[in-house]
Amino acid sequence: MRAFEYVSPTTKEQAVALLSSTWGETEILAGGTDLLALLKDDIVRPRRVVNIKEIAELRGISFSMPAGLRIGATVTLQELLDHPDIARHYPALVQAARGVTSPQIRNMGTVGGDLCQRPRCWYFRSGFGLLARDETGRSLVLEGDNRYHAILGNEGPAYFVNPSSLAPALIAYGARLRIFGPRGTREIPVERFFRIPKSEAEREYDLQPNEIVTEILVPPPSAGMVSATYEVRQREALDWPLATASVALVLEGQRVRSARVVLGHVAPIPWPSPEAERALLGKTVSEEVAQAAANAAVQRARSLGKNEYKIQLARVAVRRAIQQAVGGGARR
Amino acid sequence: MAERNAMEMAEYKWPEPERRRLIGKRISRVDGPEKVTGRAKYTYDVNRPGMLAGKVLRCPHAHARIVRLDTSAAEKMPGVKAVLPLKKVGDEILWAGDEVVAVAAVDEPTAEDAIRAIVVEYEKLPHFVLDTDPKAAGERVRPTAEQVEGDPDAAFREAEVVVEGLYGASLITHCCLEAHGAVVEWEGENNVLVHVSTQAVSGIAGQMAGPLGVPAGNIRVKQDHIGGGFGSKFGPDSWGIAAAQLSKMAGGRPVKIMLERDAELMVAGARPSYYGRVRVGAKRDGTVIAWESETWGTGGIPPTSPLPLPYVLRIPNQRKRHVAIVTNSGPARAWRAPLHPQACLLTMAALDDLAAALRMDPLDLLLKNIELAGERADVYREELQIAAELMEWKKRWHPRGDPSPGPVKRGLGVSIHTWPGRGHACRCDLTIHPDGSVEVKLGSQDLGTGTRTAIAIVVADTLGIPLEAVRVRIGDNQYPPAGGSGGSTTIGGVSSAARRAALDALDQLFARIAPLLNASPDQLEAWEGRIRVKEDPSRSIAWEQACARLDGMPLTVRGENPGPGELTTAGAAGVQMADVSVDIETGIVRINKMVAVQDCGLIINMKTAESQCYGAMIMGISYALYEEKIMDPATGRMLNPNMEFYKLAGLADIGELVVHMMTGEKYDRRGVIGLGEPPVISPGAAISNAVANAIGVRVPFLPLTPERVLEALAKKGGSHARV
Repeated sequence: MRAFEYVSPTTKEQAVALLSSTWGETEILAGGTDLLALLKDDIVRPRRVVNIKEIAELRGISFSMPAGLRIGATVTLQELLDHPDIARHYPALVQAARGVTSPQIRNMGTVGGDLCQRPRCWYFRSGFGLLARDETGRSLVLEGDNRYHAILGNEGPAYFVNPSSLAPALIAYGARLRIFGPRGTREIPVERFFRIPKSEAEREYDLQPNEIVTEILVPPPSAGMVSATYEVRQREALDWPLATASVALVLEGQRVRSARVVLGHVAPIPWPSPEAERALLGKTVSEEVAQAAANAAVQRARSLGKNEYKIQLARVAVRRAIQQAVGGGARR
Repeated sequence: MAERNAMEMAEYKWPEPERRRLIGKRISRVDGPEKVTGRAKYTYDVNRPGMLAGKVLRCPHAHARIVRLDTSAAEKMPGVKAVLPLKKVGDEILWAGDEVVAVAAVDEPTAEDAIRAIVVEYEKLPHFVLDTDPKAAGERVRPTAEQVEGDPDAAFREAEVVVEGLYGASLITHCCLEAHGAVVEWEGENNVLVHVSTQAVSGIAGQMAGPLGVPAGNIRVKQDHIGGGFGSKFGPDSWGIAAAQLSKMAGGRPVKIMLERDAELMVAGARPSYYGRVRVGAKRDGTVIAWESETWGTGGIPPTSPLPLPYVLRIPNQRKRHVAIVTNSGPARAWRAPLHPQACLLTMAALDDLAAALRMDPLDLLLKNIELAGERADVYREELQIAAELMEWKKRWHPRGDPSPGPVKRGLGVSIHTWPGRGHACRCDLTIHPDGSVEVKLGSQDLGTGTRTAIAIVVADTLGIPLEAVRVRIGDNQYPPAGGSGGSTTIGGVSSAARRAALDALDQLFARIAPLLNASPDQLEAWEGRIRVKEDPSRSIAWEQACARLDGMPLTVRGENPGPGELTTAGAAGVQMADVSVDIETGIVRINKMVAVQDCGLIINMKTAESQCYGAMIMGISYALYEEKIMDPATGRMLNPNMEFYKLAGLADIGELVVHMMTGEKYDRRGVIGLGEPPVISPGAAISNAVANAIGVRVPFLPLTPERVLEALAKKGGSHARV
């Protein structure tokens, strides 16, 4: 690890002032579960690391009706899991956090960090850049081993998968992010926070180098809402999912009045599936309907050569998440 | 002086069962508290005064030639104390991660900065890392001579059923949790002190003497504890030699080089991959008569050797061909039971497929042919029976393809294995002090198996004293030499040497005490802290009082394992069964239960013997389901040199593990046999067979990843292969 300056501001204004307006010069430290590995692997080389854990207003969880849920960016995954209101009203979020099966990571890793962590693409982590190109400009993902890479949104040049555990569930619930920067506070839907970079200069999320995510705001649960997250993960021990799906359905009687279906770990961004949502709208959820929605979700998926199996896994994740949400089907 | 006479020499044997207070009992490790409290020091924990941090610059390319090497900037950096090129311009590099330059600096960050300041230019050369298809390997194949026994052609013509299958196991690493490494320092011009993570404390100095230009006797080697070796830690390694050379360049200051996790996985050894097409011919009643196999695989640059096929069962007619594939995957090293897990998989999976074709229970097929196992056939028969009971095999087994509804299918699999486990050459010095305390010294090592405890048990039981009264000193090459811990040879070597030393020491003590008890030495025995007359136990003397008669002079005797005999032999037999669930929609395999039934002759410590089986099953589950050294066709590099995508089983992944050790007169009679390796051989085969039993189709290669399981199901074309 290279030497860097370490600062620990106590207000978000101080933090933002300490952050550079150029990517790479400074890095934000929250739980550190990703940043430390990036530093040790020499993937990031900041001259300054800004610790945001001492900023009081980034902490805490509050829930009320009709305001909904507010999660501070430095709330840990374990704090999220331990919160009774979240467990009661947002099961898809809790199930997603539970998929992080390491107590160490749950105790250190933060909600904001989960959203802002960098991809696990093994070419990126070996220093070949976010778009994983060799010196001649060819994509190592396409030439090499892409068994864990994207099956959706993989037209290129980005082929990594978004690693966030919580984002699909947050998007399914219609959550928004509050971001603080030199020009003050702005708010965007979580769904619009993520984007597929088109060049090595772009990041995989809508954040300026001197902005920090401060809060996550989740709308109150609608009457008749059911929700779930299903992860396909090889190991029970800490392991990256191969495909996940989070769904939030609002039922009117037995019928689906509105639906959100968001896949994880299958595309460079958390992947909302309007096709799957359309397949559910107005229907009574049966096994056939869930299956039709699952098929629709992967209709546009394509293999990069070694990840065809992930199409099947994504399909299963969607179907099982829908079935789990309405109270049936296989559970982990 | 009560030398054992020639007749008595034949009397080195283990005590009768009723005379064993400790041997064979379930005894906790003597160093357990040290380990769980963190007081135990591993090489990684060794921090010497004035120590420098050593780092190694590694080549990022899988195949390249060095065209420029400039270390001058690193040499000038403040805090950098030594820079040592390990390669020169013109040298060819044959795998990514190979060592190019080593540096020593005042701390790790400075050493890393120095590494980054070194300029190396490479001419990249074509690399090749694919191992699953010899036809695609072009000039990189190295065929070995065909081996034929009996008349395979006639036997296949005679066979009523012939099955053919494809099986294999990917390249995997050792993944020692304590990485390889050493801390080395010079004491003056001619003496070297080495702390090293090693499986061979007594063997290191001899390997360092040449490269360092000092007599082996001047090289002191120490190691208290080791965090895993599995066959990969027998030498000082190039980085250990480099640490010594850097230390010398830095005026003798200690230099520590421990491999980083990525280097550990890239360059510190791998288990070669093996794949094979196997044909087996049998009579309709299940009698196996013919074997044919074509195998291939890679262990990097040196060609892989043929596997011991068919495994355990000596099928009378065989033809075997092997082709090694030479790749830039990095160096292979012995991996816990070299060649056996792969040979076991190829054989036991083929026999399982044969059973399926015959619509036979594979357990019955094994029993039907068990005489082919030779002299251990009876042991296997007994073990198969016990394992079947522990698994409730007969009640729960079903033919291939779990017919129950739903996506989760359950299945059972069985496998058998063998291993020699002969005790290695070993010497020890046993000292009885006048205060009654006892010390045993030997240049052995505790690979994690409980060697200290085993030695203490043998000595304490022989001398009739409590375990706590014995102090075992190992991990220092100034003690009498003991063999390396490889091939499951340690327990046979150390227990035999310790038993003989303790019996000889006791004889000498008896000679001193006999007159006091009005008896002859041969009438005495040591029992529960006293030396007493066998026929009249009321005539006795406490152990401490007896030792006080040593006139202030400690009594030291040398014990030596002379090789196989009464105390130690070879040839362990084991059986394992697996019960798995497979989700046929996701291809994910979960272990419900595994049963290990294992023989290793006379058991010194039941608890650590069982621990070996538990640990081996966990390691086996890991390589059966998760582990693969993933080599990248594009860059030639290992893509997963980390604990994130180099996956090991966690506690929640291993299911219920049941161990049954074979005991009794028939097993005791064979003396002590090594156990470290045998139980890691069968898990891959047993789990692969259980998966085939669950889903109705063979998944050819380990690890049994979701991708491979789904692919096998798709090929089978079953309606449940896709949702």
